[in-house]
Amino acid sequence: MNPIFEKGGKLYWLHSTIDAFETFLHVPGTVTLKGSHVRDAVDLKRILILVVIAAAPAALFGMWNVGYQHGLAMGQSGIHILEYFWFGFLKVLPLYIVSYLVGLGIEFASSQIRGEEVSEGYLVSGFFIPLIVPVDIPLWMLALAVAFAVIFGKEVFGGTGMNIWNPALLTRAFLFFSYPNYMSGSECWIAFKKGETAVADAFTGATPLALDGAPAQYGTGFWDLFIGTVPGSVGETSVIAILLGAILLLWTGIASWKIMAGCVAGALAVGALGQCAGITDIPCYMQLLYGGFAFGTVFMATDPVTSCQTETGKWIYGVLIGMLCITVRLFNPGYAEGMMLAILLLNTFAPLIDHCVTSAHINRKAKKLKVA
Amino acid sequence: MSQNIVLKKGLNVPVKGAADLRVSKTVAPAVVAVQPSDFKGLVPRLLVKEGDPVLAGSPVLADKMHSDILFSSPVSGKVKSIVRGDKRKLLAVLIEADEEQKYVDFGKKNPAELSGEEVRKALLESGLWPFFVQRPYGIIADPEAAPKAIFVSAFNTAPLAADTKFCYGDEFNAIQAGVTAVSRIANVHVSVNAEDKEPFCKLENCELHFFKGKHPAGNVGVQISHICPIQKGQTVWTVSLAGLAAIGKLFTKGKVDLRRKVAVCGPMAIDASYLVTYPGTPMTELAPFYGTTGDETRFVSGDVLSGANVGKDGYLRFQDDQVTLIREGVEKELLGWIRPIRYKQFSNDRSYFSWLMPGRTYDMDTNLHGGPRPFLMNDGYYAKVLPMDIYPVFLAKACLAGDIDKMEKFGIYEVLPEDLALCEFIDPSKNNIQDMIAKGIDLMLKEMA
Repeated sequence: MNPIFEKGGKLYWLHSTIDAFETFLHVPGTVTLKGSHVRDAVDLKRILILVVIAAAPAALFGMWNVGYQHGLAMGQSGIHILEYFWFGFLKVLPLYIVSYLVGLGIEFASSQIRGEEVSEGYLVSGFFIPLIVPVDIPLWMLALAVAFAVIFGKEVFGGTGMNIWNPALLTRAFLFFSYPNYMSGSECWIAFKKGETAVADAFTGATPLALDGAPAQYGTGFWDLFIGTVPGSVGETSVIAILLGAILLLWTGIASWKIMAGCVAGALAVGALGQCAGITDIPCYMQLLYGGFAFGTVFMATDPVTSCQTETGKWIYGVLIGMLCITVRLFNPGYAEGMMLAILLLNTFAPLIDHCVTSAHINRKAKKLKVA
Repeated sequence: MSQNIVLKKGLNVPVKGAADLRVSKTVAPAVVAVQPSDFKGLVPRLLVKEGDPVLAGSPVLADKMHSDILFSSPVSGKVKSIVRGDKRKLLAVLIEADEEQKYVDFGKKNPAELSGEEVRKALLESGLWPFFVQRPYGIIADPEAAPKAIFVSAFNTAPLAADTKFCYGDEFNAIQAGVTAVSRIANVHVSVNAEDKEPFCKLENCELHFFKGKHPAGNVGVQISHICPIQKGQTVWTVSLAGLAAIGKLFTKGKVDLRRKVAVCGPMAIDASYLVTYPGTPMTELAPFYGTTGDETRFVSGDVLSGANVGKDGYLRFQDDQVTLIREGVEKELLGWIRPIRYKQFSNDRSYFSWLMPGRTYDMDTNLHGGPRPFLMNDGYYAKVLPMDIYPVFLAKACLAGDIDKMEKFGIYEVLPEDLALCEFIDPSKNNIQDMIAKGIDLMLKEMA
């Protein structure tokens, strides 16, 4: 590194930023000083880029779907892969630019203040955020929400790895509570050009949905939901694209299969119970396809920082998220989709679950030793 | 009674450069060092001055806390110099070795006929006592304490570890005498490799246990946790095979003979093989193994996971039977982490493809392969290489926080840093987990004393 970026140099205030770009290009030549003399080749950059790759199918499909939904609303038909994708890409690109500029800017500044290297955690959060917001959200709103989530959700706790709540979901929660008008209703999930409105007659598809719009999807067919040709947040509609990502995350072991399985089991259980009790007539397996359930299960609930640490805890955490999400759907028609808040709530309780699991484990071990 | 214990968790780190099973050299070093830093927590008292003649087995240092614990010279000769560091801290006593070795005569004894007290006395006098390591904490055992049991691991699974069968197989009789002697103090548990039982499965006067699994199955700490975990207030002792052989020879031959086979191995070792030498041998005696200047080489006394970086001017540590020579990885690697395949690097993570080539060994260097970050992956990621009933990340965080109550709960009494070395190896956040545990143990020693 050029000495003007070192401590005492003129541009020391840029140290963390330059270091971040340099280590982005090179694996640095630092050697082990303590402990194990050799280290595994894996680092956090590698793990986090894999999460981004896992979410890429959902993002790419989402961009096409933005165009497709716009086309439907305008009364067009056909799938026009390139044309719709380009339309969606231009719509989503500004969201990415804002998300990364604001988020990384704050991250770089706070790393510099703490005198640490820039952590790559925001690479992933920044990639997720545009996927879980309405595509037409005003950019200043997104910027404000990202700033809130990164500063108050992450940096005040000490940065990546120390946060209690998932920063991407916190962004969404901030938008949801601060600007509810933009986060619900029938038109926010479809992109429009300036001055356009839906051609009402032509637009007879499902009314919009999303992480908080699942019931609006009731009545949509299984395959539409599975493939994802329905309105919604950018990345959450296509279950099949999300499943592709899930396979990569599970194969590499980055996401916990216990959390995913727990979520699905919890959701199926409550869904089936609701069906038996006559609260709903929707088959329980359809619950897995509605709204943000799949995206939340695969990418949000499994965040290793904010989920449970212990293996038993992961089961409890996953099952509770699934149950809570569907319970909200069944009993609260006013606020129909609970995935975001179910995950944030369980993020809050994850340390408590871990505490109970480790305490029980320690007691059990002590008892066993006493007998022996 | 013997048990078969299969450990599923763990990882064999595939470093290149295993030592051939042959002795290529017998080293009679010109100078041998006795170093207090080889023993955790030792405050030494010097018993010799420069120019004093010593025999093999003459005391050189004593423990200030327990004046009866002595540290003896491995060779006969003359005290060449006393090396001190900052604040006159004693770093090493250098002994110039005679060409012809002379030994202190401790008298031959039949260990089976001795009482526990007599064994203790003989070991303290001869300076072999420091082979006993006490758990918890990994300090030299207290001669007045009554340990619950004494544990021995008869195999080593660490990367490129010296082959115990090759190193100690021909010293079986001495080891048997050693086991018999220490069994007078407390019950002895010997853990044997279930896949290669000979010859240690024939040991008598001890309880045998058979372990099967990847590293760290050969770590005595892991074995203890499966045989009888250490609880608060208990102490157990461990002793190495090298220690048992020396103890055995003390009784059968009446002299202190610390010579042992040492594996010189690692990717930088030329003609990796074994040599016979004393603890305290300078690394410069290994010149034929590192060839040229040795400037870009790290000299590790012990294995690459938990050995000590002693440097080219350092010495073989008291307990070690392995020296690993490894390249300093100071080069930057362009676009390293983003390349889909890094053929030359090993990773246990599925995001790389090392799992496709299970038998391959790698030319590893000391590069950190990333920048230090806070813990991001959760406990289960680390626990898959730790076959113990503890939560490694919770324990490391308790140590970081200095929370004694939690450290106790999460099992600080059961571990030494070496047991968590693999967690440190696979950590994508590049934390120094062994250092965290070591600092936690230091805190326990300070607070619980």
